[in-house]
Amino acid sequence: MRRGAGLLALACVTFGAALGHATGVDVPPVNGAAVQDAAFARNLSDYRFFTDGARQMPNSTVTPYALNTPLWSDGAEKLRFIYLPPGTQLVADGEGLLQFPVGAAIIKTFAFGEGGARRLIETRVLLHRADGWVALPYRWNADQTDATLALAGGRLDLVTPAGAAISYAIPNKNQCKTCHSKDGQVIPIGPKARNLSAAWLGQMVKVGALDRVPVGADSLPDWSAHATGPAAPLARAYLDVNCAHCHQPGGGASNSGLDLRWEQDDTHAIGVFKRPVAAGRGAGGHEFSIKPGAPDASILLYRMDSAEPGIAMPELGKASVDEDGVAVVRRWIAEMKH
Amino acid sequence: MNRIAFAAVLLASAAPLAAETHTIAPGEGAQERLQEALILAAPGDEIVLEAGRFVLTDGLSLDVDGVTLRGQSADTTILDFTSQQGAGEGLLVTSDNVTLRDFRMENPKGDGIKSKGADNIVYTRLIVTWTNGPDPSNGAYAIYPVESTGVLVDGVIVSGASDAGIYVGQSSRITVRNSIAKENVAGIEIENSRDALVENNIATKNTGGILVFDLPGLPVIGGGNVIVRNNIASDNNTPNFAPPGNIVAGVPSGTGIMVMANENVLIEDNIVSDNATAPFMIIAYTQTFDDARYNPFPRNVVIGRNIAEGGGKAPDLPGGEQLAAALGGAIPPVLWDGLSDPETAPLFVTGEFAGVSLNLKAQGQGMSDAQPSVLSAPADAPAWDMSAVGAPAELAARLK
Repeated sequence: MRRGAGLLALACVTFGAALGHATGVDVPPVNGAAVQDAAFARNLSDYRFFTDGARQMPNSTVTPYALNTPLWSDGAEKLRFIYLPPGTQLVADGEGLLQFPVGAAIIKTFAFGEGGARRLIETRVLLHRADGWVALPYRWNADQTDATLALAGGRLDLVTPAGAAISYAIPNKNQCKTCHSKDGQVIPIGPKARNLSAAWLGQMVKVGALDRVPVGADSLPDWSAHATGPAAPLARAYLDVNCAHCHQPGGGASNSGLDLRWEQDDTHAIGVFKRPVAAGRGAGGHEFSIKPGAPDASILLYRMDSAEPGIAMPELGKASVDEDGVAVVRRWIAEMKH
Repeated sequence: MNRIAFAAVLLASAAPLAAETHTIAPGEGAQERLQEALILAAPGDEIVLEAGRFVLTDGLSLDVDGVTLRGQSADTTILDFTSQQGAGEGLLVTSDNVTLRDFRMENPKGDGIKSKGADNIVYTRLIVTWTNGPDPSNGAYAIYPVESTGVLVDGVIVSGASDAGIYVGQSSRITVRNSIAKENVAGIEIENSRDALVENNIATKNTGGILVFDLPGLPVIGGGNVIVRNNIASDNNTPNFAPPGNIVAGVPSGTGIMVMANENVLIEDNIVSDNATAPFMIIAYTQTFDDARYNPFPRNVVIGRNIAEGGGKAPDLPGGEQLAAALGGAIPPVLWDGLSDPETAPLFVTGEFAGVSLNLKAQGQGMSDAQPSVLSAPADAPAWDMSAVGAPAELAARLK
């Protein structure tokens, strides 16, 4: 699935613009004013990111993308897009986050169900305004015709692809910031060069939407190899993508001292023989975040493997356990020298 | 929804607005209505909770500077998180100059009220409680300011926390006063913080009453310049119910006032009664650590005039019973582990207290290495600059 989505994303970069013109349909462009103006648009359709929202068909300056290792959200299918205002481009900043021009937007739709049974649940948008990024959640209506601003978030019952019946939480605007925050400012998380394929980046350069493919691009492993690939890079990529937006200096969980970023090479900061600080019952009776060779005595894995509020990590965006993620991190800790 | 759109436009406009009051009633949709008000509030606004029980399924959060969130009273406005399904705390505050007052919070799944990077915050006339009493499945902290400068906690009641009732971490310019902490593992804990004043509180029926700790491996370390005065720390003999692995899980039941690591801590004019292990426990950090910034020893801890009575009769320490028996039925009020920094004296006792040293020889040793003897701590305590201790005075103006 993920590789397929990646290929589709690549195809869309190549042909998306051409398709829009070739069909000869007179499609109004993205509503750049809605992206930049100070108000919060009430409906997702107000932005015109999609020519067909229900089918997630992007408008001409909206480009799909995929991540090598994605953030897991109860197994939701995620459809990711970047909008760039006409005449602008992304600027690479090493292996890190691509730099977005003011007026750009990042759009991510969450869906559950396969084929004709697919239901769009929510679309989260990050709008790059002159005074910084704004994160807003939109909830899809029952008819799937549009999504409406859900500032206060919401809940709905659904069954995950793994078969778990959960109460799915659409985050409120503040919770968007809880993850998308560094030093108190809202920032994107996903589109780092290291977590984007070289092919996609190269295509973006080719169409003028990116200045260059930076050194360090495409260095995170492809998560589709999670069952058999080397555990260490997969686990570190997983922790970087799923945990490090809070667990890093300046992030929401900075006070824990746990730093799970890909580039962190201090083993204590990553959690090896690190004692808990404010974990409470989340410690599960264990002494260390990671005890090498002993995944079942490691707080980090204990919290990943729980869906219980107050114990479960991440605190937001999950109501069930990611068994694939747990398996990789378990393998990594078990293999550690001790 | 029209109101939201309208409010959003107002919020977004740059023109200064008169502070507004938004009143929220309990009942259907309270979660969304209250969270929406917290998001749409403008700096200076008040969000007023009517009397009644707000049944909430998700943690609340506030990220707007200068907002007051207040109920009618801690007896009548209740935020009930018993059926909470998500988030790590009941209420998360991430903005500055916020005032929280006159409401009660019950049974949050994780922490109660957490404020992170929220400078000049005031918590007053609040109750945060886990209604089932001491239980390891309760949340860790009831009131939890962290990474903040300017914290005033005044007139709160906290109970049932499986770590600390009032926990202030990695912060500075702190006052915790006029509050009651009961049936928590730690009643009041000041950790990795500087310039803290803990006064006029009652800490009772906790495992440990008042703790002043400094721990390694955190972004902010180097706790000190702390005054603990005019408190009552009594009957803190609740068996330790902290989940194992947490630092407070190592606090002996029966601890009155405890200092671990830290520098410049003044303990005076407290009433410390009926704490079965020790009224005053002064120790080095007990675990191994790897942090070049960190000093594991207590330095310049001053135990001044206090009333200490009825303590030390049943120390919750390995060999504690024999130790108490050997010392005439109770260990004397001051218990020191015997460890100190070669550069700075650990402890001064200016009050008329006897004490005991465990005479440990190296940081990390346990009771099996103890060779107890009578403590002879000097009384010529040094003076240091305490002018910055406590929350900035202007915060008190919000206690209305």
